[in-house]
Amino acid sequence: MKELARKRDEDLIIKGRGLTTEYFRRDDEGNVESIDTALDHIDISIIKGRFIGIIGHNGCGKSTLAKNINALITPSEGSLTVCGMDVYDEESRMKIRSMAGMVFQNPDNQIVSSIVEEDCAFGPENLGIPSQEIRERVDRALSSVGMFEKRRNSPEHLSGGQKQRVAVAGVLSMEPECIIFDESTAMLDPEGRQDVLNLAHELNEKKGVTVLWITHYMEELTGADHIFVMDNGRIVMEGAPREIFARDEELVQHGLTLPGITLLSRLLKENGIPLRGVSLSVDELYEELMALW
Amino acid sequence: MFRNITLGQYYPAESVLHVLDPRVKLFGALVWIISIFLMDGLFSFLLATGFLMFLIIISKVPFSFMVRGLRSIMIIVIIASVFNIFFTPGNTLVEAGPLKITDKGIINAVLMAIRMFYLIIGTSLMTLTTTPNNLTDGLSRSLSPLEKLRVPVTDIAMMMTIALRFIPILIEETNKIMKAQMARGADFEHGGLIKKAKNMVPLLVPLFVSAFRRANDLALAMEARCYSSGKKRTKLNPLKYARRDAIAYIIILLFLAGLILMKIFL
Ligand SMILES: Nc1ncnc2c1ncn2[C@@H]1O[C@H](COP(=O)(O)OP(=O)(O)OP(=O)(O)O)[C@@H](O)[C@H]1O
Ligand SMILES: [Mg+2]
Repeated sequence: MKELARKRDEDLIIKGRGLTTEYFRRDDEGNVESIDTALDHIDISIIKGRFIGIIGHNGCGKSTLAKNINALITPSEGSLTVCGMDVYDEESRMKIRSMAGMVFQNPDNQIVSSIVEEDCAFGPENLGIPSQEIRERVDRALSSVGMFEKRRNSPEHLSGGQKQRVAVAGVLSMEPECIIFDESTAMLDPEGRQDVLNLAHELNEKKGVTVLWITHYMEELTGADHIFVMDNGRIVMEGAPREIFARDEELVQHGLTLPGITLLSRLLKENGIPLRGVSLSVDELYEELMALW
Repeated sequence: MFRNITLGQYYPAESVLHVLDPRVKLFGALVWIISIFLMDGLFSFLLATGFLMFLIIISKVPFSFMVRGLRSIMIIVIIASVFNIFFTPGNTLVEAGPLKITDKGIINAVLMAIRMFYLIIGTSLMTLTTTPNNLTDGLSRSLSPLEKLRVPVTDIAMMMTIALRFIPILIEETNKIMKAQMARGADFEHGGLIKKAKNMVPLLVPLFVSAFRRANDLALAMEARCYSSGKKRTKLNPLKYARRDAIAYIIILLFLAGLILMKIFL
């Protein structure tokens, strides 16, 4: 938080103030039956080039936040700027979508074409980019996700993790500054999950792409720079992973569970082994234990 | 299900026909359909046969592969031509009760079978040598003048692209649901037509639910990637004519001209 305060506004890629989204539930005659407040006056600031984790239990509003940032829905209330553009501005909507790309949960339902490279070209084609440049972008995007060799293949015969790589390439070809992964690993096997997470980290480190990693699993956030914990349409906790992971009672209250390794380190500490703090990974715990030996 | 049909299926090979612009092939298929109707008399028939054989040879698609997938369609062709045998008036050759076989009837039946066979082989030659995506491109470019009449050609092309992507997924899903239902005792194989149709209901409901969910997801994903309908789009691989396409156009037109001349003068 202190660091945030020091940062000037132009370093912020996403800035929301009092951001609110309400879904109206209507009965058969079209009268409003009830109002579902999916986002409740959220203030959020995200610094360019960071790896940001967003976590919360089912239905707490994570996807709604992502859709707001991608300009897929307009806020009911409050302000939101993405890459310096106002989401209320109709004109900049397409630009926002290309700047803040989105990778969804189901690998099958976001691939449009039956040829990998043509799917990857879908975004730039919609933006009206000249063919020659699309070619360059597609080749570059497919290479950076390691799918260049499969460019003429059909996505049908790819594994779940590979399909998500193609989806990432489809976003990269629009040359975004920010990529939102909305539970993009939820339908993958453990291997594919790790694979896509590593890819996101790689893009973040090598290309400086800001990553918003939305998930249910705490253990996917150990490498994040900053974590937002959401509950009931609000941001209830934020901070570095180590700070957040140390507040386990609060986390449990918000319906989350600590990763196994963090729990283990906590138990060890409670049982008299003088560890310094919570461990975020197996390697870290191992190092600490070896140091005590 | 749907496994043994080669009509509309792509056969990968490296041939002149494969690399031709899809617009040329679409035009060729159209000319071929017209020529089927122009074909009467021995010489025009020989010309068309020669042309078809020439195309089959340069396509590098094995003839056996072409025919294998047409078996079910051939049955329809045969039934249709059998009707011709019995219901064409002419000199009676054989008579059995109310059924009469006439000389004209036999000739008509044979001609009709040949016409339909040629029609199917000729058009499947196009789909066998053109990837579905390429074909979609060709169609949308060929039909783009209709855009002036407010026909949403680009949207239709997009729909075709999506259909190509999702039809295999939905077929696989159908199989999965069938197996799941069969494991719980559902029976899709026995009983009469009505019973079979009834048994399909528990299959269709989950299929529709899942199809709508997919459609919803996909629409969102497309929007997130800046798609909006009716907008002008560019292409990764725009269609471009090469010299060989011009030559192909000339050959097709020569063939058509030959048939027309024969029709007039022979
Ligand atoms: N299109 C919609 N219409 C009405 N209500 C909606 C709609 N989308 C979401 N909601 C409601 O808004 C709330 C937040 O939903 P959201 O999808 O943002 O949650 P989430 O955190 O992404 O959940 P999950 O972990 O299941 O993906 C939920 O209560 C949900 O029922
Ligand atoms: Mg969600």
